Amino acid sequence: MSSFKQLFAVRKELRPRSRVMITVMSFALPLLLWCLVSYVPWLWHPKVEITEPGAVSYFKEGMLVDRELFDEESLKAKEASKTLPQGDPANPIYLPAPHEVAEAFYTAFTTPPKRRTEKWLHESLWDSIQVIFWGFFLSSLIGVPLGILAGTYDFFSRLFEPFIEFFRYLPAPAFGALAVAILGIHHAPKIAIIFIGTFFQQVLVISNTTRKLDPSLLEAAQTLGAKNKALLFRVVVPGVLPDLYRDMRILLGWAWTYLIVAELIGTSSGITWFITQQARYKNFDNVFAAIMIIGIIGLATDLILAQMGKRLFPWQRKAKA
Amino acid sequence: MEHLVDLPSYLDQDEDVKDRFARIKQRPIALEIKNLYKQFETPTGAKVTALKDINFTVHKREFVCVIGPSGCGKSTLIRILAGLETPTSGEIILDGKPVQGPGPDRGMVFQGYTLFPWLTVKRNVMFGLEQSGHSKVLAEEDARQWIDLVGLGKFEDSYPHELSGGMKQRVAIARALANQPRILLMDEPYGALDAQTRAKMQQYLMEIWQNIDITIFFITHDLDEAIYLADRILVLKAHPGEVNEIIEVPVPQPRSPEQLLSAEFLATKKRLEELIHPPSEEEEGVNSDHLNMVRMVGVDNEVESVF
Repeated sequence: MSSFKQLFAVRKELRPRSRVMITVMSFALPLLLWCLVSYVPWLWHPKVEITEPGAVSYFKEGMLVDRELFDEESLKAKEASKTLPQGDPANPIYLPAPHEVAEAFYTAFTTPPKRRTEKWLHESLWDSIQVIFWGFFLSSLIGVPLGILAGTYDFFSRLFEPFIEFFRYLPAPAFGALAVAILGIHHAPKIAIIFIGTFFQQVLVISNTTRKLDPSLLEAAQTLGAKNKALLFRVVVPGVLPDLYRDMRILLGWAWTYLIVAELIGTSSGITWFITQQARYKNFDNVFAAIMIIGIIGLATDLILAQMGKRLFPWQRKAKA
Repeated sequence: MEHLVDLPSYLDQDEDVKDRFARIKQRPIALEIKNLYKQFETPTGAKVTALKDINFTVHKREFVCVIGPSGCGKSTLIRILAGLETPTSGEIILDGKPVQGPGPDRGMVFQGYTLFPWLTVKRNVMFGLEQSGHSKVLAEEDARQWIDLVGLGKFEDSYPHELSGGMKQRVAIARALANQPRILLMDEPYGALDAQTRAKMQQYLMEIWQNIDITIFFITHDLDEAIYLADRILVLKAHPGEVNEIIEVPVPQPRSPEQLLSAEFLATKKRLEELIHPPSEEEEGVNSDHLNMVRMVGVDNEVESVF
């Protein structure tokens, strides 16, 4: 019982072994749930996959039918003393089993596109990454300096923040049509949507972070002779840098959430084009694989950035082991 | 207040001490506070007088401590001296020139260390030197000397989070002194340190003060600390913050820890106690000496009485 108590101690770190185990469970549990629903026949499985049509004229081998319909037709066939249809319990087509998705991870990259004008999956992905990169980069290029200025000087705070506060409530996708009209149908309007989705939040988040800088550091710097410009560049900027970096990691995650909407604008492109295309062909295993690839790219980027952060900011208090 | 031993008056000074104070008064004036007033406006619009008509003169290389009950405005006073706040009226004159805004001629050491966490010990100490236009090489050389002076030579490349509280405060002192200020302002610098570290830090500070050309203006709420360190103690009273008394500490210099139990020391402490905790000053309806307690221990308790 005492070990159970240890697992739920308020704001106490778990022992290293428990931590690793629970981190693994965080991924293993959803996967297990998915496996159960997929591989245990009496869990859910609302459909029947026909293996032998029997006497039912419209049943075909490999067809998916509702279980009620299957039972009804079986009953009819039984009453008429005809050959019974045979079938296995199955899940709807939109829920592929884990092994199918795992296979799709491989085949999605190796299957050539159906038409010569279409793109391979890795090319689609590269398109998406470029759109994200440019959207986020351009937003940061303007948003970070504005945020720091607004967080440092009341003047800029009053000048920028009321308007930005208003603008951030305007949904970015609503500017889709406008962006296409102005910027054409290729990458530019998509980048614009990511920019609009990120920029306004970015300025506000970063100005808030900047305001959280310990004011006594500024006072100390002043008593050491630092004036306006030195205060900004030698105290405010380095002082907020680690927190700013953390904000950027979170904001990059938001940028990804705008990607799908952005890619539907103009000519559908990138990973979204791949997903919609595959969904149209009912290749849901590919759809799942593509969605997961987005997740994996997002998580991997964040982990890499987190590791980089540790190296970039060695003065940050090290977490206790 | 009853005392079990008879103490001399804190006003009695032996010949050496008397002579020394006479010499201090001959020294040039380092800092002059003239008719200083500070009023705040509370959010409800009421005006609060934090400081009222403060007049005080600090002589060169004098060690002055400021002490007073909470709310006497001692922090406000030192922040005004540092230029971090502006007085409502009155003047601060440093070396004959009125001061305006913060500047490197008044070094400040804060209770919260306020080291720049992103800079190493050396770069922290170099900060002020670089601001005043020293070249990097020169600043580095100077910084090393100051770091050695506070005994942290081995830690010059450490970041502040790797240091203990006492070490951080030594870096803060080195950083302030590196600018070679006219006066060193210290706002309860040892308030967050434990008793042993504090005693050590007081010792270090005395040594520094004895050996370099610096005037020190030191805020504290610790009576022993004030008496142990100061030539003179500026005692403030609260609501509004006014000068209550200026005490010339009769304990001979140089100081050593044994003096903490000397008659002059205790006499001064007695006086400070009287000034800071006056016996009659109780808030209305609140008995601040005792809690309103009834006996809450059962008659059959194993320990019948703690006495």
